[in-house]
Amino acid sequence: MSDLQPVASRTAPPLVRAPARTSASEVRMETVEVSAMYGKFTAVKEVSLRFAANRVHALIGPSGCGKSTFLRALNRMHELSEHGWITGRVLLDGQDIYGSRVNAMQLRRRVGMVFQRPTPFPTMSIYDNVAAGLRVHGRHRRAELDTVVEQSLQQAALWDEVKERLRASAMTLSGGQQQRLCIARTVAPSPDVVLLDEPTASLDPQSTQRIEELLFELKRDYTIVIVTHNMQQAARVSDTTSFFYMGTMVESGPTRQIFTTPADEQTEAYITGRFG
Amino acid sequence: MTAITERKLARPADRSPLDHASYGDRIFRGLLTLGAVTIPLLLGFLVLELWQGARLAMGKFGLGFVTNSVWDPVAVQFGAFPLIFGTLLSSLIALAIAVPLSLGVAIFLTEFSPEGLRQPVAFLIGLLAAIPSVVYGLWGIFVLIPALRTTAFPLLREVLGFLPLFRGPIYGPSMLAAGIILAIMVMPYVMSVSREVLLAVPDTQREAALALGATRWEAVITAVVPYARSGIIGAVILGLGRALGETMAVTMLIGNRHEIAASLFAPGYTMAAAIANEFSEAVGDVHLSALAYVAFLLFVVTVLVNAGARLLIWRVARGSAAGGKAL
Ligand SMILES: Nc1ncnc2c1ncn2[C@@H]1O[C@H](COP(=O)(O)OP(=O)(O)OP(=O)(O)O)[C@@H](O)[C@H]1O
Ligand SMILES: [Mg+2]
Repeated sequence: MSDLQPVASRTAPPLVRAPARTSASEVRMETVEVSAMYGKFTAVKEVSLRFAANRVHALIGPSGCGKSTFLRALNRMHELSEHGWITGRVLLDGQDIYGSRVNAMQLRRRVGMVFQRPTPFPTMSIYDNVAAGLRVHGRHRRAELDTVVEQSLQQAALWDEVKERLRASAMTLSGGQQQRLCIARTVAPSPDVVLLDEPTASLDPQSTQRIEELLFELKRDYTIVIVTHNMQQAARVSDTTSFFYMGTMVESGPTRQIFTTPADEQTEAYITGRFG
Repeated sequence: MTAITERKLARPADRSPLDHASYGDRIFRGLLTLGAVTIPLLLGFLVLELWQGARLAMGKFGLGFVTNSVWDPVAVQFGAFPLIFGTLLSSLIALAIAVPLSLGVAIFLTEFSPEGLRQPVAFLIGLLAAIPSVVYGLWGIFVLIPALRTTAFPLLREVLGFLPLFRGPIYGPSMLAAGIILAIMVMPYVMSVSREVLLAVPDTQREAALALGATRWEAVITAVVPYARSGIIGAVILGLGRALGETMAVTMLIGNRHEIAASLFAPGYTMAAAIANEFSEAVGDVHLSALAYVAFLLFVVTVLVNAGARLLIWRVARGSAAGGKAL
């Protein structure tokens, strides 16, 4: 946490928003030979990938192969890790997010993240949790917050369960509900890209299924990148799948193709469960 | 009934070799229980003793002792109101100064300071807690009071003189001087406990806030401090407990006068200081008994303040299951 690299001051000009969301196959985010290091250790080696708008892109691979590290390079969270640094370029709508004029705080508003374990703010109510991201960015108007909170909870398929008790503590929710609350919190500032790092790893099968269904809804509005350990999940929810192995991206392609006719031996070995 | 007796009878038969270990266990448990029982017993004796000593004064002055402001050993008239007032006020001043500063330092150390600075600074602050209070008192007399009298107090009077709190003659020894020395003495405790509590906040909370686009500072305000809040209140209570009972340094700086003044520049007195000062030279049984009564009241005030604070923590922690654990 300590070695925060200098980031552009908050007064730096905001990232330019793309004019409009157009055709579905448009590339929203792209990495160009991204390597991510912890000090001298290279966790991710020269990964180049494209993330299309309104698609779910799954990252799979054995434990420790660098999926989380790569994901965290996409919203500049990696640089908050101790001794974390990266090389290469990450483009969001064509603009390099590591460019000197880019404000990391503004960027993270456009590239939201959901973690493996639900991380609601325990002292806040359900409402305040969803509104937290907006308040951080100085949006305090009651009417506006009300609308966005309702919309976000609806998007996260949680509204019907909590609409009667928005003022209750977030800790009164079940684990699965808490994770959907975190999804609502992430989409509330209306990001372009939503990153999910094994969002169902700590959940029961039912909650997992709800979140998988939710991804189909969410991809209508967002570009989604999801890390998962669960092969079936990747096969069910994603349009594109990339297989990571020991820090490198081995193979990437349409999910159906990766799971039926993988080009690489390692990929095949992994998806058929021979290792990992 | 029969089932129980049967089971009892059956016991020796199925005794395993593991049972031998339980003798040591039992002795250990016995010792611990003894220790645990001793504490309430001691407390009981203490209260009883104070009560015995204070009986005479209690009989003579009753509950009026608490609200009466006259303290005149010659006329054998005693009232503890200025002492209670002084104890509470000096502690309040101490907290008002110490809490923001300690919290600021704790937040800086856990969230912002470079790695290499954290341990040394925390260690130094820990050392501050080890300095005996007479030393603080001496430092107060020789360094703090002159500085306050010549610079800080006149400046305060100039700027905030429109408040009755900062009006009137400046002597040096005063309620404010005592509050300041108390603040300095209490800071290490509040600082190190809140530091521990902040360190216990999981990184996932910080990251959750940062991932929303919060700055480091916003993450501290929205995620870290709220998560730790009941622990922080605990730290403040610890500091308050120290301030209420502190004797030596306070008596050296507060001016030791049984008076209630609106001005913080005026001298005052605290319960602990009065007991320490007057006990050895008390004239007559009633005076002695009045001091025991004061001691009893100090005990009551401390218990009340702590109980109130516990209640506060409990109410705060109820809303945050996780936050409460930090304590
Ligand atoms: N904070 C850190 N400091 C140093 N090395 C780290 C750190 N975090 C991760 N690593 C290392 O980087 C490599 C990639 O880790 P990463 O967490 O990205 O793997 P992953 O693919 O997400 O694994 P998993 O599936 O278990 O979550 C691992 O070898 C790990 O030990
Ligand atoms: Mg991971």
